Amino acid sequence: MLEILLPILIFAALALAAIGAWRRIRLWRQGRPAEVDLLRGLVAMPRRYLVDLHHVVARDKAMSNTHVATAGGFVAAAMLMILVHGLGLANPVLGGLLLAASALMFVGSLFVARRRRNPPARLSKGPWMRLPKSLMAFSLSVFLSTLPTVGVLPADVGSWILALALVAALAWGLGEMFFGMTWGGPMKHAFAGALHLAFHRRPERFSDKQGGTGRSTGLKALNLEDTSAPLGVETPSDFTWNQLLGFDACVQCGRCEAACPAFAAGQPLNPKKLIQDMVVGMAGGSDAAYAGSPYPGKPVGEHAGEPHGPIVARQGTALVDAETLWSCTTCRACVEECPMMIEHVDAIVDMRRFLTLEHGNTPNKGAEVLDNLIATDNPGGFDPGSRLHWAADLNLPLMADVKQADVLLWLGDGAFDMRNQRTLRALVKVLRAAEVEFAVLGNEERDSGDVARRLGDEATFQSLAGRNIATLAKYRFQRIVTCDPHSFHVLGNEYGELGGNYEVRHHTTFIAELYDADRLAFAPWKGGTVTYHDPCYLGRYNGEYEAPRRVLEALGIQLNEMERSGFRSRCCGGGGGAPITDIPGERRIPDMRMNDVKETGAELVAVGCPQCTAMLEGVVDASAEVRDIAELVADALVARPIADAASPARRPVGKTTAEEVF
Amino acid sequence: MRPEQQGIEVAVLVSVGRHPITGRTRRADQDARGLELALGLERQVPGSRVSLLHAGPRSEESEAALRGYLGMAAGAGMAAGAGMGLETLTLLEQAEGSDAIPALVEHLAAAPPQLVITGARAERGEGSGLLPYALAERLGWPLVNGLAAVEKVENGVATLLQALPRGQRRRLKVRLPAIVSVDAAAPAARQSAFGPARRAGLEVGRVAAEPDLALAEWQLAPARKRPKRLKIIKAASARDRFKAAAAKVEGGNGQVLEGVSAEQGAEAIFKLLKEEGILR
Repeated sequence: MLEILLPILIFAALALAAIGAWRRIRLWRQGRPAEVDLLRGLVAMPRRYLVDLHHVVARDKAMSNTHVATAGGFVAAAMLMILVHGLGLANPVLGGLLLAASALMFVGSLFVARRRRNPPARLSKGPWMRLPKSLMAFSLSVFLSTLPTVGVLPADVGSWILALALVAALAWGLGEMFFGMTWGGPMKHAFAGALHLAFHRRPERFSDKQGGTGRSTGLKALNLEDTSAPLGVETPSDFTWNQLLGFDACVQCGRCEAACPAFAAGQPLNPKKLIQDMVVGMAGGSDAAYAGSPYPGKPVGEHAGEPHGPIVARQGTALVDAETLWSCTTCRACVEECPMMIEHVDAIVDMRRFLTLEHGNTPNKGAEVLDNLIATDNPGGFDPGSRLHWAADLNLPLMADVKQADVLLWLGDGAFDMRNQRTLRALVKVLRAAEVEFAVLGNEERDSGDVARRLGDEATFQSLAGRNIATLAKYRFQRIVTCDPHSFHVLGNEYGELGGNYEVRHHTTFIAELYDADRLAFAPWKGGTVTYHDPCYLGRYNGEYEAPRRVLEALGIQLNEMERSGFRSRCCGGGGGAPITDIPGERRIPDMRMNDVKETGAELVAVGCPQCTAMLEGVVDASAEVRDIAELVADALVARPIADAASPARRPVGKTTAEEVF
Repeated sequence: MRPEQQGIEVAVLVSVGRHPITGRTRRADQDARGLELALGLERQVPGSRVSLLHAGPRSEESEAALRGYLGMAAGAGMAAGAGMGLETLTLLEQAEGSDAIPALVEHLAAAPPQLVITGARAERGEGSGLLPYALAERLGWPLVNGLAAVEKVENGVATLLQALPRGQRRRLKVRLPAIVSVDAAAPAARQSAFGPARRAGLEVGRVAAEPDLALAEWQLAPARKRPKRLKIIKAASARDRFKAAAAKVEGGNGQVLEGVSAEQGAEAIFKLLKEEGILR
């Protein structure tokens, strides 16, 4: 009986899966067109899966092994089952392999079951709770029905009832694994995920065989020339089709939720729920079936959407509330943690673009900051002619005078902030001590456009970027050095698309290079214990975790690392315009970060970003002092041994600077 | 809302503004507040229509600034903004240095709206603040300055709230058509959105240019900050300071000279300047 029923079952499930796949693809195709190299993507997909995706999954060893066993076992078992039971190739070798594969899958499913016994809060429940049972039903029933094939058991063993029970279990397993994969069950992640990896909107973020690590963090530009192109995303169908596909790939593992600073602060954002809401919107319906943690303070079941309906309502509720989108600090912790390589931040900025450019509805101080950027080229509305006031006594060489220099020192908007001016002065002192030939743009510099872009005002960003690029084109320099990771990111990763390609260094990277080239010497560290806070836009956005630590080591500092540091560093709360839109939560993000600092017992937290400095220094009753690495370096400067000093022509400059230190 | 209430036609006069720090063109703050007030009328007087009117030369810069007003169509809770007629702005094109008043009078008289809203003072040009008065005089309409809110419009009579110094308000009834001017007491303007601003159209109408003869005689120079009388704080306690901040200006020390000769008047002024330490 099994020989008749099994092929019917298998091919029926496959046919249903094919219909489901077609329907699912139609859902994705509602999105806008996107330029994707389909064939190259499909070819690259196995590597992206086995290397890049696995690299993220493997951060949780137990889960990674579980997934390798379950998924590997399933893929092998499914293929072999089609051959052995579907096509009747009852060959003992294939049968044996099928037994091994289904056994492996069964072992994996036991671990899945164990994880589901007391699941952490970040995991979604609902249909996901039945998944281990479905996996077991599939693997066990395939295993048992293969036993007669390899001759371990006679073909007519057991009764009709036993055979029927086996068929029923197999039908369940097939239903979950094949049918559910394309009709929206938990296994959807395998189908959508594989295609998402192949057709990812940032193919350059994956590693390659030549050893490139792959990084792609710059936001993609809107085409403002084309007046008929929509500005940002209003409805789910305004996303590109591969973005919709990416949302559908979500496994609801909640790693993003666990990493999200806004969620932890009780602000109404949960990256996982946001992605699920996009899936709801793409298919049409309400979020009532969502079985994970809600947006803090927003019960599930009150929001609904449709593919061509608005995501954010002008009045009342639609799919998502605007404050959810404005809670994001664009720290990219969710993207970094996502094993499915979903691009949450891109989606959030796309939706913000619509809110700002079409609704004209940037919350709180947003409108004022954008107006300032338009009228004065800086977010604070300061006189652009006063950008260099902090350096009135420093005699900084201006690019307009010298026309060329080794290093263009990009000041950033911190030049208007009294706290950051101390950092800038320290940095200038360090550069002079190392006899670096540098110049500044002075009043010709404008805001890089970081805040405008992340508040969704692409028009103002492109205006600022275009004028900055035109200014930079007038001068010759080797590289740009800046103490602002936001400017660093925008100049280095986002100006390229608009025609400005520069070599940009964060000041910590540059100081580390100067130290390695023996152009700086430091007095030994006499202060207390120190920890280091990785700025998001330096670390996750640009992969620079080493240089700041190397500089601190060179200063003789032994770091007490925070639990969340490096690529897992927790945001200070200052990115993405979050301090401007200021969405209320239960806690403040910088308070949580200073608590992290407190747990290390450090008396000083070293930072490398004006935003982080401002946010962390704003914490009341903090246990640690906040200093920029440039300040620590400037304080520790001592004269280099004379033998090492550079060309005699420049020596006097170096000497005077060094003498100031004593 | 009473059903018999009919929407009214509102014309908002908008000018090209000037940012106080950088001098870049922008939507003028007071005019934008005027438009905000007009857009808010939808709540009091459903069915109202807003039209934007500007008289002046056309250039890329001024067009960008004028589009700033058109971008306000999409503001918060203003789904009806576009329905209120904000897709276009009527630009009465004039050569540089022309007098805007005759052009505006002609346009307004040809198709009179019930309410004309304007900022109290332009941010560039003469900036004398006389335009609303000149318009009111020529059209023969009443004028209310310093408007804070339009409370209701019934049977051709508007109930207005006028802002007076120190947060005081005065309720006025005015027969329409009327001209009202707004200053910083009116509600702040909403954000201007790039998309609607870019899509909106400018209806350009040429008008007979009357050269502004008065302006031609003027000499323009950058403005200087006006000298402020030094404030000597005498208050010893918080209560005194609060009283000094909240109290009405009391003109007790003033002296009215009537029927005196020029010499006597000059003498009095001279004495005052000496007392104040301005002349020594």
